[in-house]
Amino acid sequence: MSEQAPLITMQLMGKNYRVPAGLTLMAAIEYAGYKLVRGAGCRGGFCGSCPTLYRREGNHRIFTALACQTLVEDGMCLVQMPFVPLITRPYDLYTITPQANTLLQHFPEIAGCVACNTCTRSCPQGLPVMDYIQASLRGDIERAALLSFDCISCGICSSRCPADIKHYAVGLLARRLYGKYITRNAPDLAERVAAIETGDFSAELDALMTLSAAELRSRYEQRTFEVAAEQEDPYSATRSYNSAMDPVDYQDELEVSG
Amino acid sequence: MSIAYYPGCTIKVSAPEHELAALAVMRALGLDLHEMREWNCCGVVHSLATDNLIRHMAPVRVFARLQQQGEREVVTLCDMCFNTLARANQVARRQPEQMDAIKATSGDELNYDGSAEVLHLLQILRDRVGMAAIKARVRQPLHNLRVYPYYGCKLLRPTEVGLDDPEAPTVLGDLMAALGATVVEGNLQTRCCGAYHVVNRENLVAERVAATTAQARANGANVIVLSCPLCHFNLATRQSTPGNALPVLYYTQLMGLAFGLPPATLGLPDATALFEEALPTAQHAQAVPMCTKGER
Repeated sequence: MSEQAPLITMQLMGKNYRVPAGLTLMAAIEYAGYKLVRGAGCRGGFCGSCPTLYRREGNHRIFTALACQTLVEDGMCLVQMPFVPLITRPYDLYTITPQANTLLQHFPEIAGCVACNTCTRSCPQGLPVMDYIQASLRGDIERAALLSFDCISCGICSSRCPADIKHYAVGLLARRLYGKYITRNAPDLAERVAAIETGDFSAELDALMTLSAAELRSRYEQRTFEVAAEQEDPYSATRSYNSAMDPVDYQDELEVSG
Repeated sequence: MSIAYYPGCTIKVSAPEHELAALAVMRALGLDLHEMREWNCCGVVHSLATDNLIRHMAPVRVFARLQQQGEREVVTLCDMCFNTLARANQVARRQPEQMDAIKATSGDELNYDGSAEVLHLLQILRDRVGMAAIKARVRQPLHNLRVYPYYGCKLLRPTEVGLDDPEAPTVLGDLMAALGATVVEGNLQTRCCGAYHVVNRENLVAERVAATTAQARANGANVIVLSCPLCHFNLATRQSTPGNALPVLYYTQLMGLAFGLPPATLGLPDATALFEEALPTAQHAQAVPMCTKGER
């Protein structure tokens, strides 16, 4: 007979509920009887749709978290923020260019940053949010893009900022500018695409299409990797490419498609 | 010798030529400036409100980061950054209880005891390198230049953080003399350029710029030299004599020219090739519109 988890008390939308310890905030909300139709997505900490504001008993501070990634505590008082309002001036990536003041022109409020670091302290991804806003302020688009690369746009930073900066939108524009204008073109890629378009690989692809799922899996498991070049840059977006440490669980993918 | 370097946002966005020239000139003098690994805006303006501590967080964080990066001294080019950082440092030293409040507000992550030091590049040049060493490095003396040094406010005021006599400063003049230039003086050298009033009181700035440039011309100057990127913006873009504006250069750029460094390494536009030719003879330097910033 399995042991029952002890019940704790949390306050949700101004009402107390007894829920088992060890649940995530999201699971506790559902245990309490709510159905989440907003503010819930991947449940894996990646989609950024479940930002939550809460206080702890005996602590005057406001805390923030992703509801799917944080365990409920006794005495917790919480409220869901299904999204953080975001208004930005529209821009056309084909007409703007990556100048030193491009980010400042689109988001003049970044000049109001007082470097209090509240954004960084609230980021569930552990990103140096204030540092990428500061990089944006001084026109270092590349650094802003790389430092904000793992942003999931949950908006918690923006909900806490005393200067009302829209951090995640600034990072998004920085990454767009970086991707479109600053990253180097890969001549090998263009060559390979041209070769595919002229039909150089059609015979091999046709042959693959005739294979069974088992044969495909066997081929997949026997695949080889190019040795990844050693890179000094810890922020390199390509550092993990060509690595045998494939982050994708390919077995699952094959099961689904097979 | 290598010193930590704090650029500031304005240098990066609006005055990259000053940085380019400064780094080139310091290399030529055997001094390496290494940019802080991570830094934030200095806070721009020193807050005079005694209870507005959040306005001191940015400069205090610069010092805290400097110490985290294993440094005690940092040099800056921007007069505004210098002034804001130096005044925040005074607060840290005189009112440690305010640092305690900032520390508490930051969730205990921002901890600074006031023991770091901010220096302006002009202090390094004057007090560490020395005018004699600068003079010795000159390859192409600026004999034909008549230079009007413009100081503005932030280098000099308030007195406690100013790096020179607030009424009769000499550092830029001494530097220009060391480069072989003739120094032209005037009582408007230390008057405020109008600063941020350029945003909403353009006439005020235009009048001040007109008075300063008129005095420089009347006293025979053919170039204005300064240090502050904000003064540079006002003086270079608000002269009302298009096509015949008095050139406005950073002292680092003139040092580079005197050291014989290529103009391209000093952030000087192509048009200044003319100016370079003029260096040995230089009678027509006045007519050369060197600063094209206004047309950007």
